[in-house]
Amino acid sequence: MSTVLLIFYILSAFTLATAFLTIYSKNPIHSAIYLVLCMVSIMGHYLLFNAQFLALVQLIVYAGAIMVLFLFTIMLMNLNKEDEVHKPRMTRYAAVIIFILLCGVLTYVFVDTKPIMGEYDVTGQDFQSIKVLGKVLLNEYMVPFEFVSILLLTAMLGVVLLSKKEKSTR
Amino acid sequence: MDSALIIEKSIFIVVIFAVTMLMAMYSTWAERKVAAFLQDRVGPNRAGWGGLLQPLADGLKLFAKEEFEPNTPNKFLFFVGPGVAMATALITSAVIPWGDKLEIFGRTVILQATDIDVSLLYIFGVISVGVYGIMIGGWASNNKFSLMGAVRAASQMVSYEVAMGLSIIALLMMSGSLSLRAITEQQHGMDWNVFYQPVGFLIFLICAFAETNRTPFDLAECESELIGGYHTEYSSMKMGFYLFAEYANMFISSTILAVLYFGGYNYPGMDWVGIHWGTNIATLIGIAVLFVKICAFIFFYMWVRWTIPRFRYDQLMNLGWKILIPLSIINIMITGICILAFK
Repeated sequence: MSTVLLIFYILSAFTLATAFLTIYSKNPIHSAIYLVLCMVSIMGHYLLFNAQFLALVQLIVYAGAIMVLFLFTIMLMNLNKEDEVHKPRMTRYAAVIIFILLCGVLTYVFVDTKPIMGEYDVTGQDFQSIKVLGKVLLNEYMVPFEFVSILLLTAMLGVVLLSKKEKSTR
Repeated sequence: MDSALIIEKSIFIVVIFAVTMLMAMYSTWAERKVAAFLQDRVGPNRAGWGGLLQPLADGLKLFAKEEFEPNTPNKFLFFVGPGVAMATALITSAVIPWGDKLEIFGRTVILQATDIDVSLLYIFGVISVGVYGIMIGGWASNNKFSLMGAVRAASQMVSYEVAMGLSIIALLMMSGSLSLRAITEQQHGMDWNVFYQPVGFLIFLICAFAETNRTPFDLAECESELIGGYHTEYSSMKMGFYLFAEYANMFISSTILAVLYFGGYNYPGMDWVGIHWGTNIATLIGIAVLFVKICAFIFFYMWVRWTIPRFRYDQLMNLGWKILIPLSIINIMITGICILAFK
């Protein structure tokens, strides 16, 4: 077994374990920390593809910004046992049924697809440096790129509008 | 990859680690000396000549102190917090070019642990993860003051990272590369970036103060409101790790400031020295020049700390979001116009 494949197996085990623990752990802070570890291990997967830029953007955006804000919010909320919202019995049954259905769909999809298990090999082609990435984004995918930025701007404006204090009306 | 390269890089990494530790240690001494000088006192003068052994004595004291553990359900996270803070403070030095190249035993040794394509982004990534050390430690302390300190640190760092990233973009538009070695080589001689990007430098400097939690932005450990902030519950070497990480961060951010805006190891007349005295001498002078620049920045950090009082929290947020971010966006626009006009 090649070293790269070994690293891949270890990383995948780590990713899956932390992803599972994110859902499994009772304490929301622990969940968030496991999610951070999961994000960092996904960065490792990008590095295996030699996509350095993508890996570091993953680290900065997900682990460095989004999860910090997540933790921030969870820490400020007082999440105790007694504050937990009581869920009616119907919701629980519905959750179980939806879980079983989703399991069926996912199993079907996984059985149906025939994944091609390729090997890691070196092509020698530059596909990940910021120069190449920038050219691809602003030439081939110019219109979707601009639409995404407009979408983000709209979301930002919406958040500012929502969080603005309302002036007292007479 | 030959084994000589691995040995060479290992030795280099150990040396960098030792130098970072030494600089962080003597920054604590320098801080007390500078504070004493600015307040017309003598400062530490008992251990060694001029108090030079004071950092060692402090370290020994921290190791020997009683380890106190608060009543917290998260013993593991309480333990991990200082470790994360220290680790993230130390791994940034991997991509910094400390000097040009040395020729030892017929080998050309490049004085940089690794030169990845995206080293500047790597530094940003590590800095943005660094806040976890403070957040996790502050939360796991199970203390309201610690939590307040941790939350303040997190919000401050996230806010100032935005302005920091934007101020860097203007620099990147000029350099066209994210590699720190390429950026340094472009500033050959006296062609430093600070002359082209004075506003960007100022924004980056302010954000570096905020990212390292130094006065006037040290609201995370504001002792008049929060006792000690996020490290209230820590004692012994765990507390030492937090304090040490702060000084290591200060050293690293001074290095980044020197490399990005003040030419790194470049100095005027380096070509002349290289031709007349040999490459090795030129490189050694270059390393010395880089460390002089770093020490100047560290002194500046301390000078500001003992001169400017702490900001109020809303002033901090207003400065970050309403002044620095628009300013850096205007800086980007002006840089773009200048690049179009002059090239």
